[in-house]
Amino acid sequence: MTINEIQDELIEDFSFYQDWMEKYEYIIQLGKEVPLIKEEYKKDDYIIKGCQSKVWLYPEMRDGKVYFTADSDAVITKGLVSLMVKVLSGHTPQEIAQADLYFIDKIGLKEHLSPTRANGLLSMVKQMKLYAVALQMRA
Amino acid sequence: MRTFDIEKIRADFPILGREVNGRPLVYFDNGATTQKPKQVIEAITRYYADMNSNVHRGVHYLSQISTDAFEVTRRKVQAFINAEHEHEIIITKGTTEAINIVASCYGRAFINAGDEVIISAMEHHSNIVPWQMLCDEKGCKLRIIPMDDRGELDLEAYKSLFSERTKLVSFTYVSNALGTINPAKEMIDIAHEHDVPVLIDGAQAIQHLAIDVQALDVDFFAFSGHKMYGPTGVGVLYGKEELLNKMPPYQGGGDMIKDVTFEKTTYNELPFKFEAGTPNIEAGICLGDAIDYIEGIGLDAIKAYEDELLDYATSRLSEIDGIRFIGTAKQKSSVISFVVDGVHPYDIGVILDKLGVAVRTGHHCAQPVMNAFDIPGTVRVSLAMYNTKEEVDILIDGLQRALNMLA
Repeated sequence: MTINEIQDELIEDFSFYQDWMEKYEYIIQLGKEVPLIKEEYKKDDYIIKGCQSKVWLYPEMRDGKVYFTADSDAVITKGLVSLMVKVLSGHTPQEIAQADLYFIDKIGLKEHLSPTRANGLLSMVKQMKLYAVALQMRA
Repeated sequence: MRTFDIEKIRADFPILGREVNGRPLVYFDNGATTQKPKQVIEAITRYYADMNSNVHRGVHYLSQISTDAFEVTRRKVQAFINAEHEHEIIITKGTTEAINIVASCYGRAFINAGDEVIISAMEHHSNIVPWQMLCDEKGCKLRIIPMDDRGELDLEAYKSLFSERTKLVSFTYVSNALGTINPAKEMIDIAHEHDVPVLIDGAQAIQHLAIDVQALDVDFFAFSGHKMYGPTGVGVLYGKEELLNKMPPYQGGGDMIKDVTFEKTTYNELPFKFEAGTPNIEAGICLGDAIDYIEGIGLDAIKAYEDELLDYATSRLSEIDGIRFIGTAKQKSSVISFVVDGVHPYDIGVILDKLGVAVRTGHHCAQPVMNAFDIPGTVRVSLAMYNTKEEVDILIDGLQRALNMLA
């Protein structure tokens, strides 16, 4: 599936949840499905700055595509990083760098994109795109 | 003691009537900033509608009435903290600037390489970093008063920190992260036995405790307007006249000069020597309205009400499984910091926000305090005079709901 197809699917998934509480329960559930980062990478080198909670994100290149593993010590933040991994993992660096992440607004999480929000969703997006560009240059 | 009419007080704060995320706002982030009563809000509008003009400059009518109003605040502050002279009241941007003035100006004049400044283990970053910057510049050293696991300072250790190199003591009256009320008078007396002046960070004390700078015999006292129901962008540095006169100015500019030529400038007298540039006039004037508001209710009545609320909130929070209070000093004021086993404070804050309850989560600009307790942060509930037991009940219900989701 393309990045946009995954985004559209998530938008449809989230449309079932009108109540914010169900939405957050779903986000927390998604957090449990995130491909977990190896313990050896849970160090400062792979921490996303700008989060009140800790978020670790590790990128790998396989067959020209970038795969992310991640974790967080807060369950809502872990759900948010899981969403990002779901959308961006398994695509080429170019696709990731150019992705327009419209789903964040559509599923009602736009408030989390504000630079002052302590969960650092914006920092996650920036970092994932930076990793993609860096891996492409190395390849 | 005057009667404390909570319904009347709440009606004075328009924002308390609004909804957040579809629920009535419950505002428990008063340690960060307090809400404003309509008396202050209306005074701000009145200033711009009726008297806006620069202060201390013009001969024209508006400049005179705005200057008068600004100076009325200075006298209200003087009376509020019982300073001896009105020129001992320096109007600043806030507590942070007030502390920086002392670090910069007192530091420049009196602190040299090898000298020592004593601060405590429970300081806000704004009472740590200015001293670190001074130490980097001057080669002086910071000495830290340790605290125990209840969040109380070790006074015996404090006494042992003094040497002939000690030049200043600076500590917080009330801890923003723990709620501890430090024994300020005793600590000041100890410092004075060694002829060392003391700066108190009063940012979390001024809205809860009656302050008498002469009875305390404190040398410098700093606080902010926005944490005492007043506007943002204004604060106060109180300093003893003798010390302020010995200090060089903070910034150069208008208002702080007597005569300027390209060869030499002579500085203005107190308090203007430390007030370069156009101040935040509207905030300065309306700080006076905030003081009027507090005095209309009375700090004794406010403290009695807030103490009862603090006891109630602490006892209700104790019902939560797995809760651990961070800061359990015998003397506390209006702040409850806690963690819940296995749950990140951030997650709790997000869910409470969805329920209309505003709390602060994180390190509260006091990372060394968090490190001392070996936690990444806390959930902080900080109370003000307009909070109620019913709001505490809403918090408890919300917290139970959040923990059901998160655990």
